[in-house]
Amino acid sequence: MPHFDDPIARLGGVVKRYGRLTALDGAELQLRRGELLALLGPNGAGKTTAIGLLLGLIRADAGTVELFGQDPQRSQARRRIGVMLQHAALPQTLRVGELLRLTASYYPAPRALAETAALAGVGDLLQRPYAKLSGGQQRRVQFALALCGRPELLFLDEPTVGLDIEARQKLWLTIRQLIAEGCAVLLTTHYLEEAEALADRVCVMAHGRVIHEGSVDALRARVAIRRIRCRSTLAVETVRGWPEVNEAQADNQQLRISTAAAEAVVRRLLDADPGLCELEVQRAGLAEAFTELTRDADAASATDQREAA
Amino acid sequence: MDTALSTATDPVVAAAAMPRARVLGAYLQEARSECLRYLRTPSFLLPTLLFPSVFYLMFGIFLAHANGPDAPRYLLASYVTFGVMAPGLFGFGVSLALERDNGLLALKRALPMPPGAYLLAKMLMATLVAAVIALILLGMAVFLAHVDLRAGQMLALFATAVLGVLPFCAMGLWLGTLIKGQGAPGLVNLVYLPMAFLSGLWFPLPLLPKILQRIAPVWPSYHLDQLAMAAVGMNKGALLPHVLTLVGFTAMFLLLATRRLRRYG
Repeated sequence: MPHFDDPIARLGGVVKRYGRLTALDGAELQLRRGELLALLGPNGAGKTTAIGLLLGLIRADAGTVELFGQDPQRSQARRRIGVMLQHAALPQTLRVGELLRLTASYYPAPRALAETAALAGVGDLLQRPYAKLSGGQQRRVQFALALCGRPELLFLDEPTVGLDIEARQKLWLTIRQLIAEGCAVLLTTHYLEEAEALADRVCVMAHGRVIHEGSVDALRARVAIRRIRCRSTLAVETVRGWPEVNEAQADNQQLRISTAAAEAVVRRLLDADPGLCELEVQRAGLAEAFTELTRDADAASATDQREAA
Repeated sequence: MDTALSTATDPVVAAAAMPRARVLGAYLQEARSECLRYLRTPSFLLPTLLFPSVFYLMFGIFLAHANGPDAPRYLLASYVTFGVMAPGLFGFGVSLALERDNGLLALKRALPMPPGAYLLAKMLMATLVAAVIALILLGMAVFLAHVDLRAGQMLALFATAVLGVLPFCAMGLWLGTLIKGQGAPGLVNLVYLPMAFLSGLWFPLPLLPKILQRIAPVWPSYHLDQLAMAAVGMNKGALLPHVLTLVGFTAMFLLLATRRLRRYG
């Protein structure tokens, strides 16, 4: 019996191989009702394979794949999802309204055409053939197709590639609105600021495994490094010599320091240079955290391979 | 507490139930979209309709006197067969090869499209185009070449054309699972044109070398041509073997195609 707290999408210990290449190597992933989970990872980490399994496009070699507690290859499970894939060329000669009507016909209780069009901002494009649209407009139409079926779970694969800043902000706004209505979203993106702006949780993949899962803040906190900037007359070599400092660079009189012990370094800086000004201390962004995490995973994987060899 | 909820009242389960009328609606929408799509694609439609009619106009009507009194009737059957092969081979083969490559098939499979809707829509489109080709050629035969055809013969040829597209749909489907991407039209032509020639659709089989005559029954188009000949009264032989062979070809290609689609997607 389905329970309200049950995950609506789940990968449990999933292995998927393509010949000698292992795309997923025991991946674990759970998505709950109404949350936005961002799936991050470098190219080749296994994100596309994970999405393909959850959409029922491919079958796992081992492990369980569930969508609303069912096999995703059953269309009954997929009637509750909306899909926007990164690479999908829609029929060029069909008009936007025709594409929307066709996709809506697959669902039991779709939104009205006008509602979908308004949500995705394609109301003025309905009579236009798909081929005549700009890249950004085509992206918006694909987004409209994803949400037209009133889905409980939306798969968005790189939804804002090719969008200008304004269009991206608009799309984010609509995504937030859908989440407020109770729709869950599985987002894959290369833009970390997009994950930062939207995600409740992020899930970082590398080498076919999930190497980190948690809130955006938790991911940032995993990286203890903080950045210090200031204007100072101190020589960069001196600062670099301090044991707490990982790295220091100077640019005119701008000092840029990265350290795991920001408080201690700041105290030393102020003691050494009373004239110091424009002091800034920042936690590393998601981008740094992400880079560090995946670099660790790369190193671990390289060690594994050496040991295996 | 959990067990008190019955499946029917559970909103989560009820939400995914699809009324039969809506499933039927999805099939119709898919068919409508597929037809619209190709009617608006001149690069598909024009060659498919023009090749058989222009060939028939040239060889079956203008140059017919050189080929004897029965030439317009004989070539009507040949070019209907030739024409009917194209919507099946190209409508299925080329479009599947392209859509496997450009991600449309993946999107359709990820969406809750009813499983048969994609193939049924393409089949309907191919059948429709085959019917139009048969009507054009029949019209030319009757009004331009003055071939003396009874109503029953016309109806028989029309039915042969409309049903005869099915083995080529199956063959196109299989080809579409083997090839991928932009090279597909050329590759399908490499199958289509030689097969038409080797089945005696361009030159009557008796004019071809003995060895080619002997292997002609290997091609499905040969058998469809025999049926089309019979429809216009130029083949008095048994028809059942040809029908069964075509049914066999259809089943074989369908089986090969579904196996490949299941394995490679």
